[in-house]
Amino acid sequence: MNSETYTMEDSFNSAQPVAVEKVAAASPAADTVRMRVEALSVYYGKFHAVKQVNLSIRTNKATALIGPSGCGKSTFLRCLNRMHELTPGARVDGKVLLDDQDLYGPGIDPVDVRRRVGMVFQKPNPFPNMSVHDNVIAGFKLNGTRDRKVLDEVVEKNLRGAALWDEVKDDLQKSGASLSGGQQQRLCIARALAVNPEVLLMDEPCSALDPIATAKIEELIHELKERVTIAIVTHNMQQAARVSDYTGFFYLGELVEFGETGKLFTSPEKRQTEDYITGRFG
Amino acid sequence: MNRHYRYRKFVEWANWVGMLCCISITVFFLVAILGYVIINGASSINWDFLTALPVPAGESGGGIANALVGSLLIVIVASVMALPIGIGAAVFINEFPSHGAGRSIRFLAEVLTGVPSIVVGLFAYSMVVKPWGGFSAFAGSVSYAFIMVPIILISAHEALRLVPDSLREASLALGVPKWRTIVGVVLPVSSRALITGVVLATSRALGEAAPMMFTAFGNSFWNLNMAKPMATVPLLIYTYATGPYEDWHRKAWAASFVLLMVVLVTSVLTRAFLRGKSNE
Repeated sequence: MNSETYTMEDSFNSAQPVAVEKVAAASPAADTVRMRVEALSVYYGKFHAVKQVNLSIRTNKATALIGPSGCGKSTFLRCLNRMHELTPGARVDGKVLLDDQDLYGPGIDPVDVRRRVGMVFQKPNPFPNMSVHDNVIAGFKLNGTRDRKVLDEVVEKNLRGAALWDEVKDDLQKSGASLSGGQQQRLCIARALAVNPEVLLMDEPCSALDPIATAKIEELIHELKERVTIAIVTHNMQQAARVSDYTGFFYLGELVEFGETGKLFTSPEKRQTEDYITGRFG
Repeated sequence: MNRHYRYRKFVEWANWVGMLCCISITVFFLVAILGYVIINGASSINWDFLTALPVPAGESGGGIANALVGSLLIVIVASVMALPIGIGAAVFINEFPSHGAGRSIRFLAEVLTGVPSIVVGLFAYSMVVKPWGGFSAFAGSVSYAFIMVPIILISAHEALRLVPDSLREASLALGVPKWRTIVGVVLPVSSRALITGVVLATSRALGEAAPMMFTAFGNSFWNLNMAKPMATVPLLIYTYATGPYEDWHRKAWAASFVLLMVVLVTSVLTRAFLRGKSNE
């Protein structure tokens, strides 16, 4: 078995008790697994969108998922916090383990799953009925928390965390929709970070942004890895190469290849991967 | 080439003239109705007309105070009933589509908006007035609510459909339960359109005379008791306008003018309020 192709057995070997993991996460050399996906299949009605995917997402690393349009990478991502359930007719087989707990297990509430696994979407979607300030703490406000002093701290901390504080600190009461596209997307990142998720899923977060805004988000991803584990879907291979530590290549619903980003882009194992990253199709 | 161009110019001109005619006819009738009511009604309006009770036929003076208050009271009670039902049903069919009942409910609501108001009045008569054993303002509210629910439901459904799914997803992805997403995001985002729909339904009900004949019935005296018959402006207009006295006809015009003003002022105020809201 090749260590770069990520499989189930591999993931089991690297799964460790929580206490060890906490210590290990502090040192960059340590490579622990935060999320493990086992034999995941997704169907939309009769369409088999994701086929038997096994993959591990490592703690405090950025994992990129690439592939041509319609290859199932976004569907796969949306399974990691059970967002796909909102799509009528969608069905899932297999396991998604977060710290060894199956997110699809009996008695697991998708609401709790989404509190632990946050998400940033393709199009910036700040709440238009809320100010910049309230958007950041939307996760608290919508759930009924109203301690102003605590929340004000949360706002500043997460706007700083999303590299947006300096640009909006004087306009906190303005509508979230009044910001530029790139600022809105960073506001959405701040909003997702505010509820302290363990994992942050990003579904093509830069595809609606200009290059400068994109560069800011990519820079941000590097900083965010200190705090959270990141899984990012992108159709931009250069972006995957720039921001991620691990990359998975999806094609026609299958995970063709998974490995360290540097390795995958310079010496891919599979012919299909090579064809895709060299621009021969897709 | 040139001939073809001239032909296209002609078609454009003809279409333009056609549309101008349509607009002129629409605006003409609107202005004519408004103007007619204002010219005939405004002259008979005075403070007494708004604050005094009706007087027996033949005596001079008197007003429509009881009918004005009665109409407002009945419509407010009707709104209190119709608003939660209409918006609740719209939330149900739009936010929980998997039940599959949504399409039939929406279809029924569309049919209900076409039910003649006099039929609604008869329905309220047999459902409320008969079992209760007498005419009552409350029965009037029920009949108005019956007219309002489908209007509110349809306008609210359209309003909720316009809320982008991305906002629902944003909220759910923060670990917010579905009902809090509806209350905290979906309804506030669509609030402007929801309010507009409610105002529309209220204005529509406020002008209905037919259902009042079998329900609130009318009353020449002060009454604020919802369990008793109550005067309403539209029914008063009907009675006065079909009566034999010149003075009654004048009062019918004046009452029409008052009704028109109430509807106009309500919608202007609502618009002003909503505009203020959007500038927040």
